[in-house]
Amino acid sequence: MTLSATTDDRPRHAARAPRKRGPEASAGTRLRGWLASTWFLVPALLLFSCFVLIPILLAFFTSFYKWGGFGFPDDFIGLDNFRNLAGDEVFRGDLWRGFLLVVLSLVVQLPLALGTAVLLNQRMRGRAVYRAIFFAPYILSEVIAGVLFGIILLPGSGLADTLIEDLPLLGGLAGKWFSDPDTALPTLIAVMTWKYFGFHMMIYLAGLQGIPKEILEAASIDGAGAWRRFRSVTLPLLAPTLRISVFLSVIGSIQLFDLVWVTTTGGPTHSTETMAVTMYEFGFKRYQMGYASAISVAMFLISMVFSLLYQRFALRRDLQGAVTSAGGRR
Amino acid sequence: MSRQAIARSLSRHTLVWVLGSFIVVPLLYAVLSGLKSTGALTANPIGLPDEWKFSNYTGILSSGAFWQQIGNSVMIAVGTTLITVAVSSMAAFAFARYAFRGREIFFTAFAAGLMFPPAVAVLPLFVLLRSLGLLDNPLGVILPQAAFALPITIIILRSFFRTIPAELEEAAIMDGCTRFGFFWRILLPMARPALGTVSVLAIVTSWNNFFLPLLVLADEKWHTIPVGIQQYQGQYSTDYALVLAYIVLAMIPALLFYAVAERQLIGGLTAGATKG
Repeated sequence: MTLSATTDDRPRHAARAPRKRGPEASAGTRLRGWLASTWFLVPALLLFSCFVLIPILLAFFTSFYKWGGFGFPDDFIGLDNFRNLAGDEVFRGDLWRGFLLVVLSLVVQLPLALGTAVLLNQRMRGRAVYRAIFFAPYILSEVIAGVLFGIILLPGSGLADTLIEDLPLLGGLAGKWFSDPDTALPTLIAVMTWKYFGFHMMIYLAGLQGIPKEILEAASIDGAGAWRRFRSVTLPLLAPTLRISVFLSVIGSIQLFDLVWVTTTGGPTHSTETMAVTMYEFGFKRYQMGYASAISVAMFLISMVFSLLYQRFALRRDLQGAVTSAGGRR
Repeated sequence: MSRQAIARSLSRHTLVWVLGSFIVVPLLYAVLSGLKSTGALTANPIGLPDEWKFSNYTGILSSGAFWQQIGNSVMIAVGTTLITVAVSSMAAFAFARYAFRGREIFFTAFAAGLMFPPAVAVLPLFVLLRSLGLLDNPLGVILPQAAFALPITIIILRSFFRTIPAELEEAAIMDGCTRFGFFWRILLPMARPALGTVSVLAIVTSWNNFFLPLLVLADEKWHTIPVGIQQYQGQYSTDYALVLAYIVLAMIPALLFYAVAERQLIGGLTAGATKG
């Protein structure tokens, strides 16, 4: 995916490249050539530095201070914030819940999305409408989804309880949902599935459409049944797409805030709290900005380590022109 | 059609309908509940309203606050998109078409931005914006949103710009066009489909953004739709029918936009996920 694109092809304008001018070009000419190309980058670099890079550096800086958020931080405490963080039950719970969130939403969402994609990849009447419906929740904001399900899942009088109270198995859930610490996280995952599985389905559909029909036909002629074709042809060829959707899902879970904030604000008793929620609590409710910065830094490091490892071990294989991603590249 | 084919098609449709009802029922419920009074809603959550009550909807529509929030969201989305597209297309042009020292390093730096969810930077961003005096200022949301949209936009545009043949630029330069002239008068008009895709992506991301506006725009007159919904829910927390009416009205612009720009949106999302 994205970070891998840097290595692929040579510039098509090599002839105009400053360094190809030959040794006789003077330093001044070369510099002018360089500036002519790079001034196009200046606005982007400025914007990116000011609002992405500097804030991240700033978080590192303030995470070494005990700081209430006002004035210049001057109470340097070294790694104390991080030490406290490592011992903080809530933060450790965030990590565990984050892990659960990632694993469970992958286990629930991805097979569902894949199944739906395969289903809708076949010729059937009204396919475009179904596709549009499944994708619709994705374009609604998290706040809308959260408030809507907050009301649907109200204990007692909500739509969900009214529908399930007489059912044998699900009936036990009535009155719980977001209000019971044991069911709150699974409920959150269910709402996330409602919101996001259409997005993954859409990516898979794009991937499925990139699989050449000839290969499936050839497999069919060789006597492979539907399941065998799916297992041995479709799934391997879809692997790059699957890996990317896993990546996006994990990165999304690390920063989960909106949906939690409008449904449970992290409760009951921290059972749905995420790192971003803890950071908000400390930074903007308790004015412990230094400590909250340390949480930001932890989130940053976790995303970075995950991205680099994932890149190294999972996405690397996709560089060598896998069928599905080759379409996007020249 | 053989009997078997009919059976298969029928079971397929049933499956899709069951799945689809999980998506549609909550939305339908919201629309219908908005037409009930909260008392009627709690007594009977399912089914049509006994008495169609339009005043929830009309009340919200005639309040200034709702339209104010729509206006703020539109302004912020448009501002974000204009800046994102202008700045990214210049950068993508340089990345796609010129070789210069440090190109790979710069590009990697931008692409690395994709690894970091915006929530990571929200707290220091708040501190920074406060010291720049950009709190309660739409620019305090527009500029960071544009900055965080750069990586994906640059990546998509770069791969599109690469598809435009080099001969075209050579011919333009031959005819006395400057680099910027080529970029502005020839490349950008040719890239209209790609520009449409990235604009739609930027608009939707901005429209739905909650965390940053929540922190930066505390003053009610700058509230965007998502922040407004959250406030409204806080204010009328037990008047469920009214809150549902509010979110139904808030959904409409997003769904209309989706209906109009479906192709660009999905093209952009899948390109973002598979390209680069």
